[in-house]
Amino acid sequence: MITKRIIPCLDVRDGRVVKGVNFEGLRDVDDPVALARFYNDSGADELVFYDITASHERRPLFTDALRRVASEIFIPLTVGGSINTVADFDRVLKCGADKVSVNSGAIKNPDLIREAAKKYGDQCVVLSMDVKRVDGSFRLFAQGGRVDTGLDALEWAARGEANGAGELVVNSIDTDGVRGGFDLPMLEAVAARVKIPIIASGGAGCAEDFLSLFQLPGVDAGLAASIFHNREVEIHALKELLSAHGIEMRRTR
Amino acid sequence: MIAIIDYGVGNLFSLTSSLSYLGLENEVTDSAEALRQADAIILPGVGAFGDATKKLHATGLVETILSEAHAGKPLLGICLGMQLLFERSFEYGEHEGLALLPGEIAPLSADISLKVPHIGWNSLQFTPGCPLLKYNTPGDYVYYVHSFYLKNSPVVVATSDYGVAIPGVAARGNVYGCQFHPEKSGAAGLQILRAFGELKGANA
Repeated sequence: MITKRIIPCLDVRDGRVVKGVNFEGLRDVDDPVALARFYNDSGADELVFYDITASHERRPLFTDALRRVASEIFIPLTVGGSINTVADFDRVLKCGADKVSVNSGAIKNPDLIREAAKKYGDQCVVLSMDVKRVDGSFRLFAQGGRVDTGLDALEWAARGEANGAGELVVNSIDTDGVRGGFDLPMLEAVAARVKIPIIASGGAGCAEDFLSLFQLPGVDAGLAASIFHNREVEIHALKELLSAHGIEMRRTR
Repeated sequence: MIAIIDYGVGNLFSLTSSLSYLGLENEVTDSAEALRQADAIILPGVGAFGDATKKLHATGLVETILSEAHAGKPLLGICLGMQLLFERSFEYGEHEGLALLPGEIAPLSADISLKVPHIGWNSLQFTPGCPLLKYNTPGDYVYYVHSFYLKNSPVVVATSDYGVAIPGVAARGNVYGCQFHPEKSGAAGLQILRAFGELKGANA
């Protein structure tokens, strides 16, 4: 049986993991390689690296960090942040990314998904979308959730799938940071519209939130940052809990 | 030395990193001479079957691959590279493969109602005996990404359940194929590459 996936997300700026990481027993918590290795050994099923580097000049630091991580971590690695062109895909794939996540870049240029999927295959293109309720419907937001595009999020998801996106990350702005659980109604609505795998993001506050997430049909993976970084939830223990409830998990110990 | 065939299909970073991590000398190459000199050959690949076959033929390496495989050199196809080892594929039309192994590649979507592509970790079921799996345990999880799968083949040695039994590993003699990505399958995947590296003293 195929497993549900647990995916920690690391924000990287200038080649270092940004604050919000609170690990005991790890000498250099800012080092993406040390942290990625830790997650690899803790049973994470994939890693997401998010480039929050502000300027183009600092990108080499990110790609250098990415290359170091990719050469030591043998689980799938998705890279996102500042992906606007096929050349950006090329840049991160050459450094060892397996999949590339696009968000605002696809809104600015809707052909980006099709062009990238044609060149690198559907499996390589992850469409990440920031969604918020506006006037009773799900609306697509851009620029890190700051700008209302006016587009219907469910239409956008279906269009992304038709253009060749291989997976969908659904970030709920409404539940993000609230730590009250994933946005199940939103995820359910998206799952009813697309057939590609869905990665849920935004709202995880405790291990039980993943249990209710995976009881929802159509959700394939859960992504979170802070609850893993501050060690409120330990991935091995989380997987034991989920397995005990009959959810298929990749067990590594 | 393990030669990884470079025919412009897919990202070879993880594969070369995995082999190097295991201490297995490797070289990404499109040279027939390098394939002849190598202790073992890996045929990687992602993308579409028809396009990949064209690109592979364009390298002029097909004859060398076939002759080296027939001469007994270990050959491992990964993902689309595995599918290319078989007789034909029905991915957007009908395409001829290398026919080193018997079987056909068919669309998953015609046979299952689950999500396609089949993306993620799935457990590998097998009866121990295949040299490629000598360090693995039945139930090990491996990472799949594919929309087409091997059908009607007598050379399947390991499967994963995804609505149907998905052939994960195929083998006959010195020719092996992995539908999943061993280079992305954590410790379980590294064990498979390690076993492959030992098939013919590639580590020497």
